[in-house]
Amino acid sequence: MKLGAPVFAVALLLVPLIPSPYYVNVASQILIAAVFASSLNLLVGYAGLTSLGHAAYLGVAAYAVAWLTTLGGLGHLAAALVALAVTTATAACFGVLALRGTGLAFLMITLALGQILWGIAYRWVSLTGGDNGITGLTRPQPFGFDLTSPGAFYYFTLAIAAPTAAAIALYVRSPLGAAVQGTRDQPRRMSALGHNVWMVNWITFVFAGTGAGVAGILFVYYNQFIGPQTLNLTNSAEVLLMVISGGAGTLLGPIIGAATVVILKNVVSAYITRWVMLLGAVFVLIVVFMPEGLGPGLHRLWHTRSKSTS
Amino acid sequence: MAFWVIQSLNGLALGGLLFLLSSGFSLIFGLMRVANLTHGAYFMLGAYVGLSALGAGLDFATALLAGGLAVALFGGLVERLILRRLAARPPAQRTLAQVLVTLGLAFIIADGCLWIWGGDPMPLPVPAALGGAVRAFGFVFPFYRLVVVVIALLVALALWLGLERTRVGAMIRAGVDDMEMAAGMGLPVSRLFTTVFCLGAALAGMGGVLGGPILSVYPGLDTDMLPLALVVVILGGIGSLLGAFVGSFIIGFVYTFGQTLLPDLAYVILFLPMVLVLVLRPRGLFGTRAA
Amino acid sequence: MAHALEINELRKSFGGLPAINGVSLAVAEGERRLLLGPNGAGKTTLFNLITGELRPDGGAIRVFGRDVARGRPDRCAHLGVGRTYQIITLFPRSTLAQNVVLALLGVSPRRWDPLTALSAHPSLWKRARAVLGRVGLAASAGKPVMETAYGEQRRLEIAMALAQAPRLLLLDEPFAGLSREERRDMQAVLGAIPREVTVLMIEHDMDVALSFAERITVLHYGQVIMEGTRGEIVANPRVREIYLGE
Repeated sequence: MKLGAPVFAVALLLVPLIPSPYYVNVASQILIAAVFASSLNLLVGYAGLTSLGHAAYLGVAAYAVAWLTTLGGLGHLAAALVALAVTTATAACFGVLALRGTGLAFLMITLALGQILWGIAYRWVSLTGGDNGITGLTRPQPFGFDLTSPGAFYYFTLAIAAPTAAAIALYVRSPLGAAVQGTRDQPRRMSALGHNVWMVNWITFVFAGTGAGVAGILFVYYNQFIGPQTLNLTNSAEVLLMVISGGAGTLLGPIIGAATVVILKNVVSAYITRWVMLLGAVFVLIVVFMPEGLGPGLHRLWHTRSKSTS
Repeated sequence: MAFWVIQSLNGLALGGLLFLLSSGFSLIFGLMRVANLTHGAYFMLGAYVGLSALGAGLDFATALLAGGLAVALFGGLVERLILRRLAARPPAQRTLAQVLVTLGLAFIIADGCLWIWGGDPMPLPVPAALGGAVRAFGFVFPFYRLVVVVIALLVALALWLGLERTRVGAMIRAGVDDMEMAAGMGLPVSRLFTTVFCLGAALAGMGGVLGGPILSVYPGLDTDMLPLALVVVILGGIGSLLGAFVGSFIIGFVYTFGQTLLPDLAYVILFLPMVLVLVLRPRGLFGTRAA
Repeated sequence: MAHALEINELRKSFGGLPAINGVSLAVAEGERRLLLGPNGAGKTTLFNLITGELRPDGGAIRVFGRDVARGRPDRCAHLGVGRTYQIITLFPRSTLAQNVVLALLGVSPRRWDPLTALSAHPSLWKRARAVLGRVGLAASAGKPVMETAYGEQRRLEIAMALAQAPRLLLLDEPFAGLSREERRDMQAVLGAIPREVTVLMIEHDMDVALSFAERITVLHYGQVIMEGTRGEIVANPRVREIYLGE
């Protein structure tokens, strides 16, 4: 792992050298999905709160940017900042509602809240464009760089995704992050030790929502379009899949999961038409046979293999 | 005036369908503590199977049975082969694992249906005997919708009698109330679980066939129906048949009137009660336990 | 002198069955009090009520003069109440030091910090190791809890409570399940608790407990049936009958 990190970093920087622009775009999509999944992992893996409504925050940010840059007349940076603020505020409010429950109740409240936002995106046509969504977005031009080419947009995405991932890693390793994990494992004990369990979970909820918002901003600039399908239950399920399949509660897990799902969606789907079925099957198999996820699971297999051969 | 009557009937019909969908969900949730997120897909699968049965020349009643049986069989296999393996895990992990597995299965069924039956929405043809319109009190409405309501009421009655008057029903009720105690007193947990799961799936499947002429059959029907089942069960109370009954018709009405009166906010109107219930009265109207 | 703990007509029922049925007691600051009583007498329930993990149905609880009856457990910790549990609820995959650090964070404003790495707070880790040293676990500081012996885990429980420098310490059967040797270690730990800390202990092990406590409160079926010094309690025939089964 120590050797892996710098190799990985270099590999990330060299991606746009891949001759096919299609794969460079896939790489961008993986980065966006990785941010999205990592943000959900804060809730699922570290706080122990499984949410089925996370797509809502990505959607809110995306719609906010879309609306503000087309109808609102704001510049790209201002739109992104306002969008993040709106998403954070939404997560703050929804977090209060969702945290009235734990476990299944939490899951269902987040599902319902996600559905409410999807319903608004779908039905409030005057605001969101309804089924047609909002089109005609332009990509930003940070410091005058043109982001039309896949390679340029990839570097832009990397420049945003990397610090976000670093912030998430820092959060997890911080005293607050230790408190979050402690409350996941022994909430009663942590409370008796003086930790405010509710507040710890709520802060994590808001942070997770903001992280999804960052992904949403990248998403909408990548696609230059947003529609209500982005907030639907299937997408919330898909990002959950990414977290669980890669390994909840680890930093690399959601990244591995994101890559797996995006590759399945884009690359495998060219060869196997039934990639959704494959996705579902992979999911079921992982939950049944490798519940800790691909990351830790493969790590475990690797170590048991090298132990048995030595 | 006609508007209110017609929409009320539509609300009743939708309520009836929701009852078939959510009664099974509620029983499975209440007895087995499994939030079966595949339930919407069972509804859809049943509808597709019914569609094929009708296409093969079978009559409506047989198609209804076929839809129910096919889904029951699938559900039984899922319960025995997959869900059972998860039952041995510690409670905190078990709930999550079951949710995720049933979600994955929903993906598989949904894509499978897309593969076999294609992507075009298909209305299930109304059987001739149940077609036509009824003229009463100066209004005209489709006879089929009345039939749906009647069938739902009959099923509700049958389920109620089953739960209250049979041994199996008593066992189910005991299990829903206090599983530990019931298992300790010798309840045949394994067989009961499979029975209830198959029953729940069958009800959903039949609901799909019955709903075919009204809702059509299309990819995405599963993700449209699942949240409705959740709202009904949360509102009515987990494991409560009465709750599923009352909840179904309340939601049927709310959704139908919401769609026509406030289309922009139809979904908000639908889910707000669910959020309110979970926040203010977690055990719902008639439930004994919170989620 | 102010009371560290004051309980007045406390009542708590579970499903109609009274677990605590009108308990009143007062523990002075710096006192060493033992809570005796057969199983089911309500001792752990009393602890849960004091720390706020349970809400009483009636009555008052005051810790250092502050009303905690309807408070949250974390607020109670901030008032200076530390507690150990009968059933070990530690963090099994974390090291002993990490467990203690979580306890230290519980009463430190640093627990809200999302920006710096926990490993980069050397003072915290130093203090954790010092606390572990006080209970004789310094050598195992880097071991995961699940790899330590039961007796060591029990001492970790105390370490976590002591780490917070509590003014009132609630010990729930600290000697439960310990071997003779482990009991001696535990006795040393208890003996080293600073004199000014008020201690309320639940215990079954009579010899060890009696040597530690100054005053004893006997609980039976959720009620205080007697309170007095060591000598008074041991000599009392009713106590002997109920508790010692003679």
